[in-house]
Amino acid sequence: MKLHEHQAKTLLRSFDIPVPEGRLVETGEDALAAARELQGPPWVVKAQVHAGGRGKGGGVRVAQSPEEAAEAARSILGRPLVTPQTGPEGKPVHSVLVEEGVEIARELYLAMVVDRESALPVMIFSQDGGMEIEEVAARSPERVLKQPISPETGWMPFCGRNLVFRLDPLPPPETLKVLTAAMAGLYRAFVELDCSLAEINPLVVTTSGGVLAVDAKMNIDDNALFRQKRAAAMDDPSEKDPLELKAGASNLNYIRLDGNIGAMVNGAGLAMATMDVIKMAGAEPANFLDVGGGASEEMITRGFEIILEDPKVEAILINIFGGILRCDVLARGVLAAAEKTAIGVPLIVRLEGTNVEEGRRILESSSLAFLVARDISEAAALVTRQVSPS
Amino acid sequence: MSILVDESTRVVVQGITGREGTFHTRQMLRYGTAVVGGVTPGKGGQTAEGVPVFNSVQEAVEREGANAACIFVPPPFAADAVMEAACAGIAVTVCITEGIPTLDMVRATSYLRTYETVLIGPNCPGIISPGKTKVGIMPGPIHRPGTVGVISRSGTLTYEVVDQLTRAGLGQSTCIGIGGDPLIGTSFIDHLERFQSDPDTEAVVLIGEIGGTAEEDAARYVRDAFDKPVLAFVAGRTAPPGKRMGHAGAIISGGKGRAEDKIAALESAGITVVHDLGRLGETARSLVGRD
Repeated sequence: MKLHEHQAKTLLRSFDIPVPEGRLVETGEDALAAARELQGPPWVVKAQVHAGGRGKGGGVRVAQSPEEAAEAARSILGRPLVTPQTGPEGKPVHSVLVEEGVEIARELYLAMVVDRESALPVMIFSQDGGMEIEEVAARSPERVLKQPISPETGWMPFCGRNLVFRLDPLPPPETLKVLTAAMAGLYRAFVELDCSLAEINPLVVTTSGGVLAVDAKMNIDDNALFRQKRAAAMDDPSEKDPLELKAGASNLNYIRLDGNIGAMVNGAGLAMATMDVIKMAGAEPANFLDVGGGASEEMITRGFEIILEDPKVEAILINIFGGILRCDVLARGVLAAAEKTAIGVPLIVRLEGTNVEEGRRILESSSLAFLVARDISEAAALVTRQVSPS
Repeated sequence: MSILVDESTRVVVQGITGREGTFHTRQMLRYGTAVVGGVTPGKGGQTAEGVPVFNSVQEAVEREGANAACIFVPPPFAADAVMEAACAGIAVTVCITEGIPTLDMVRATSYLRTYETVLIGPNCPGIISPGKTKVGIMPGPIHRPGTVGVISRSGTLTYEVVDQLTRAGLGQSTCIGIGGDPLIGTSFIDHLERFQSDPDTEAVVLIGEIGGTAEEDAARYVRDAFDKPVLAFVAGRTAPPGKRMGHAGAIISGGKGRAEDKIAALESAGITVVHDLGRLGETARSLVGRD
């Protein structure tokens, strides 16, 4: 689960990491009032959306007066924000963060992730803050430092020393002290909040020698939300695709894509492979939909309805390898969906595995029009025929 | 022969009285697996599906000589169950549970470093040595005893592949689902090493997917140290970056984990990569027939 910048900063503050003073507002007038309350000039007005590259899209503005801050807020809130990560249609902005300007001496990069290979939490630190860490790593990998942390001991003071004493030039002792304190705080936040990513970029060293988290990105492990009530309450459904939201409510794994062939599959790997098969057949997948191993008839029906709600869908491929999910359950779910909603597009069904005969019989004895594929190759061929009639 | 599990495997099912645990215990028994006990804390002394229930894995080891565990414990408690199995001296621990918090697995992985257990999963279908035993949830009837080893990050995609192998006349020595999570107990390489020294495995099929670098690592290992034919399939060539494709570990992020890169790495190591999933069975037959 992704958090907004202002939410991440609120959480970081509670782990003793200094962040700039700021106010979250939704209108120009409130931005004006916020700037008057906060110290300035300058002030910074930042769009709150789940997308990187906000600066490049005009979503981060510097204002020299409260009136300018209000104007910046109005202009950001007035139209969708287009960044390299949003696609050309952009993302609507519902709120902006107005913050006090910061006197910057240096910009650093600091983040926590779990390294898949070593299965250890790793702190990443670079003195080239303010840009994408992937760019720094590609250009000068020696400037990206990594410090693994033992889950048994937790954060140890040497972990911080290993990172900060590599700074060139070396800051004065009091700055090193606040830096290592911020690092310890970030580790604690990462573990206690079950983050999958906690990133401060830039972590600014101010002209007075202090540190401030000027931008922050935090993702919470979806699997840990059951015990992260505070973070879970920060979820912003307006950031999600409405169909993905609907699918999530029914425990279905659905991701909307740009193509024209809807797909319903059991299992994530087979669902991805089915998308690939559709593409190889010369069409484009409209979605990823994994109905899971133990889907019920209702879940199948819901999944089918969600695919049909996508206006781009021109044909549907059902690919089920029955294991725990029985083919007869799938067949009944599809028929229940067909009763509620007219299926105006061709339907291709490929069933295999547990109770496959019963599943096929249920579909065949219904009034539903559909094409049967014996295997995945035949399914692909039938899909091709739907998009390029010959 | 086979690797890790066979007729001598004695399974304890952790979470045996839950819905999934009960259902799959019955399926395993039907397949011929020696399920010798189950664990549900507080229900020790009862029986489930005709096997004794214990309060701890330790008891199941002491009383029934369990040497493998199959875990169906819900996500909040699953990492604890994995560590319990390791601590009790279980040789092969299979964790079926999907949805374990990553930091729980960080702790469990760290704990497991001092124990001998081989962890398969989490978020996996388990392991089967066809005709001998199955420790997991895969449909038994699609498998045939034979000489092809299968290692996969997926569940139903593995069934698809095994079904094609069986229809192509190729049985399997052992099939292992290593799991779809970012942190898993064993890698492709761990099992390739075992297949390398298993005289009855003639060839291996690897089934990968986007996310992480497990396929690239396996490619390097095969190039340097593996001398049996290897066939691979990688799912997710059409997956968009930045989205988790169902499995927690299946995500392209920071330019890493793309299917094209994995396929290129596998092919440059001399591995036959199947691009059209529908032709995996026949490709495998030509590969095995060649040697």
